[in-house]
Amino acid sequence: MSLFEIYDLTVEYSDGTESLQGVTMNIEANEVTCLIGPAGGGKSTFLRVLNRLNDLADVKKVSGKVMFKDMNLLDPKIDVIDLRRRIGMVFARPLPLPLSLYENVAYGLRTAGERSKAKLDRAVEQALRQAQLWDEVYDRLDAPASRLSGGQQQRLCLARTLSLEPEVVLLDEPTSALDPISTAKIESSILELKERYTFIVAPHSIQQAGRIADHVAFFLQGELVEYQPASEIFTRPRDKRTEDYLQGRFG
Amino acid sequence: MIARNRLTEIGVTRLIQLAGFSSIIFMGMILYFLLTEGVPALGEVSLRELFSSRWYPIEGFYGILPLITGSLMVTIGAMLIAVPFGLCAAVYISEVAPPRLAAVLKPLVEILAGLPSVVLGFLGIVILSPFLRRFLDLPTGLTAFTGSLLLGGIAIPTVISISEDALNNVPRSYREAARALGATGWQTIWGVTVPAARSGILTAVMLGVGRAMGETMAVMMVTGNAPVLPSSLGALFEPARTMTATIASEMGEVATGSEHYHVLFFIGIVLFLFSLVVNLIASRLVFRSKGRAERVLS
Repeated sequence: MSLFEIYDLTVEYSDGTESLQGVTMNIEANEVTCLIGPAGGGKSTFLRVLNRLNDLADVKKVSGKVMFKDMNLLDPKIDVIDLRRRIGMVFARPLPLPLSLYENVAYGLRTAGERSKAKLDRAVEQALRQAQLWDEVYDRLDAPASRLSGGQQQRLCLARTLSLEPEVVLLDEPTSALDPISTAKIESSILELKERYTFIVAPHSIQQAGRIADHVAFFLQGELVEYQPASEIFTRPRDKRTEDYLQGRFG
Repeated sequence: MIARNRLTEIGVTRLIQLAGFSSIIFMGMILYFLLTEGVPALGEVSLRELFSSRWYPIEGFYGILPLITGSLMVTIGAMLIAVPFGLCAAVYISEVAPPRLAAVLKPLVEILAGLPSVVLGFLGIVILSPFLRRFLDLPTGLTAFTGSLLLGGIAIPTVISISEDALNNVPRSYREAARALGATGWQTIWGVTVPAARSGILTAVMLGVGRAMGETMAVMMVTGNAPVLPSSLGALFEPARTMTATIASEMGEVATGSEHYHVLFFIGIVLFLFSLVVNLIASRLVFRSKGRAERVLS
């Protein structure tokens, strides 16, 4: 059984635009699944269905079925707070909260009610190590997070998400604003950590998908055009549109 | 044609320049007038007498201390009411209320902010003060507390309107980031959105203070106008008098150039200094936190 089983997922926004149309796919645990395709294709919407962040947006209609283990994520009655702790998310722009480095990473655990200083210390260090930021910041954890460089801030955001030890990490173009070194560090974190977590990534380039993906899904204007293991889709795309996109004929 | 364009250009530039300078010149002239009319008070009445506790101009007692404490008491009281209520209302409109309700509430609040203060003073006399007299069993309903309540009411729309703008300007992504970490709605509001809007909320509070301190008519109508130095917290429920009310009520009857006249202007200077300090503190705080916010966003 796959970690996520998605049948006929359709999302429609209040302004009439249909953002996803009948998406059906399974996502495996402990893999890196990349969602590629031009802007406006529904990648972000898809990610935001998985942690119910779409609840905050102006969504008119969601239909279909999204099973995460034995839980239907579209069920309005599920505990979204708990869900978001199990399915974390990192955004395109590094968004440190206006707090110190330490408090940024500890924020999720604190809101979850963790009080023990020792446990927080341990979780913060572990998360910062996993995001490959610890060595750069261990001596200034009390500094405001805004002092970090953009790349460090983004790794801080990754650490913040990892601190909750989620089962799944969603990354929405996590390196689109970063320098190559920080990008490489985030990519290597993902590859190292995929034994413990499941990653679903909307990468900011096809090349990035090529470096990290196990499976690749190609979204075009709300439609899932093709979904294949990475080795397949890059060498033998089945759909003409996938091929055109991968070769840079559009997008 | 080109020459004519150039001429228009120069003309418009000069006009804007003139408008800009004139506002500064007017301000300078007002300040100059205030100083030339107010400073002589220092020569006519000794400083010690000026900062004594008895205000009785007809017999030559010019102690402005009770007026200053009156202003402070009423203003602080008003802010203690306006800030919590205003902030909560702003949070409700910006973060909690369904969009359609918010779209109605916001303009309503802004209309309230434009309500003439005399009208509010009238409501204060007719409704609020008799109610307080009966409810709190006071000898008179015209007290500093009544003034605070009314001023609080006057300042609330200002505080709401500006803090709501500030909250609205917090990028949506902050809220999403907090929510994605499993924060609840309230945790997001108190932990992230409000702190991020801090500088705007401070501005709102300071403008509210300014509005409350400068307010004259409404206060004059409901505070009872007794220049008494407060001796305890109980003074809040006794009549008081503010600096603004004193100037407004006595300026009409005073002989130009007399001691009393100069002292009234001196009170004006004190009031001006108070507003200046409030504004300086505000811009200090706002400037500092804006610098930080900009660094966060860059």
